[in-house]
Amino acid sequence: MTIIDAVLGDFFWRALLGGLGVALVAGPLGCFVVWRRMAYFGDTLAHSALLGIALSFLISVPLNLGVVITCVLIALALVLLSRTRTLATDTLLGILAHSALAIGLVALSFMPDVRVDLTGLLFGDLLAMTRQDLVWIYGGAAFVLTLLALLWRGLLMSTIHEELARVEGIPVERLRLALMLMFSLVIAVAMKIVGVLLITALLIIPAATARRLAHNPEHMTALAVVFGVMAVSGGLTLSWYLDTPAGPSVVVTAFLVFLMVYAGARQSRH
Amino acid sequence: MTEPLVRLEQVTVAFDDRPVVDRVNLTVSRGDIVTIIGPNGAGKTTLIKTVLGIQRATSGRLSVAPGLVIGYVPQHLTLEPTLPLSVRRFMLLSGRALSDCKAALERTGVAHLLDASVHHLSGGEKQRLLLARALARKPDLLVLDEPAQGVDINGQATLYDLIRQLRDELNCGIIMISHDLHLVMAATDRVICLNQHVCCSGYPEDISRDPAFVETFGHQVAESLAVYHHHHNHRHNLHGDVVSSADAHEGCSHDHH
Repeated sequence: MTIIDAVLGDFFWRALLGGLGVALVAGPLGCFVVWRRMAYFGDTLAHSALLGIALSFLISVPLNLGVVITCVLIALALVLLSRTRTLATDTLLGILAHSALAIGLVALSFMPDVRVDLTGLLFGDLLAMTRQDLVWIYGGAAFVLTLLALLWRGLLMSTIHEELARVEGIPVERLRLALMLMFSLVIAVAMKIVGVLLITALLIIPAATARRLAHNPEHMTALAVVFGVMAVSGGLTLSWYLDTPAGPSVVVTAFLVFLMVYAGARQSRH
Repeated sequence: MTEPLVRLEQVTVAFDDRPVVDRVNLTVSRGDIVTIIGPNGAGKTTLIKTVLGIQRATSGRLSVAPGLVIGYVPQHLTLEPTLPLSVRRFMLLSGRALSDCKAALERTGVAHLLDASVHHLSGGEKQRLLLARALARKPDLLVLDEPAQGVDINGQATLYDLIRQLRDELNCGIIMISHDLHLVMAATDRVICLNQHVCCSGYPEDISRDPAFVETFGHQVAESLAVYHHHHNHRHNLHGDVVSSADAHEGCSHDHH
């Protein structure tokens, strides 16, 4: 008990524990972002998280809940709008991503009695991790990982060949929605660590690093978790000792790992 | 006659009020090989997507035998380069047992590639993998969208032969789209020439003389087909060797002059 209390009482360890929880889900979901070319989509959802925070203050609901709901709504809007095909998907994503971010910032500025640490929200804050956040992170991670495990074959199959998956009776549309729900959850929990602007990096970079060494999808997922854990623990340590912002430090570490793995893989080929 | 596997009655598929498939009637029973030919943009792919249940018909009736298992061989397998995938894993994603997957790969002649990466397969190998994937499901109906794409000319004949043999082994129905007119004519029971509507349909021999066919494909094609049939008395296996025509023409109603 005393050890647990000592660990949870220390905000660095709380942040690290939280970060590891995030890395656990960011790995497999990041793989899907890379496989399905959803990087820009992930960015849009992450940016709309700020709008979610503003809305949470406005109607006074818990922040995490507000963010999840806003992300899910934006995701649904994206799916519906992309069906009309009046605008190219990347244009649509660009409009929604930046509008959501801007509306969130404007809305927050209208609430002078609400004191939020904007830099913390945008770039992550090592000091902000509470015990309650940890419950959210591990609860969310357990939910997402369970869902992923249950839906794994269908998700993978509809990623490989959507039509083939449909013919084989896989509910492609429902799985797409489930994936978006999972994204929204991960964004809500990852926001604290890396900030809304850098969440996509935490999803993509470990997955891309893992691709270099993996020979099947599950292997890639596991490696992405390992690289995510390295990025989070390395980055937070860096942030702790050098007093650098948490989110950017995690992303810089992830990027360094990426460079090393690619350089190493190139060497070993010769 | 057995119960039809699929029956299309006056099926129309329209995009923005423009019919892409226009009042098509089509029935496929066990043992049938139906080939859909037609110029680009004729609605061939849309038609088979309707059969597959991926595309909703705007009007008309589509009835499918209860519990029908469809094996689908799509035109391409374009894999994201970021997604590592072995042949074994791809086959197992069908949800079938490894032994079934291995048997299917064996049947299409790519069993030796079990542990290869799908990214490293040639066009022909990918087609055979997709065919094996469909076979592992033990389909009642096999639907193929240009199965011989990216396969060299000798391989094409072998592939169509294989498809015909599979029909006999599985006693399944087959619908395929093809551009390889010569090979299609030899391997098919029934040809449907589609140009939004069914412009003509029937047995290969008759159809190449059909005025509507000649109009769609031109005299040259129609005549070359006629000539081809006179000389078509042997086949090639995968290595280009001539194999006996006796078994190659089994069940085929060719009129050799």
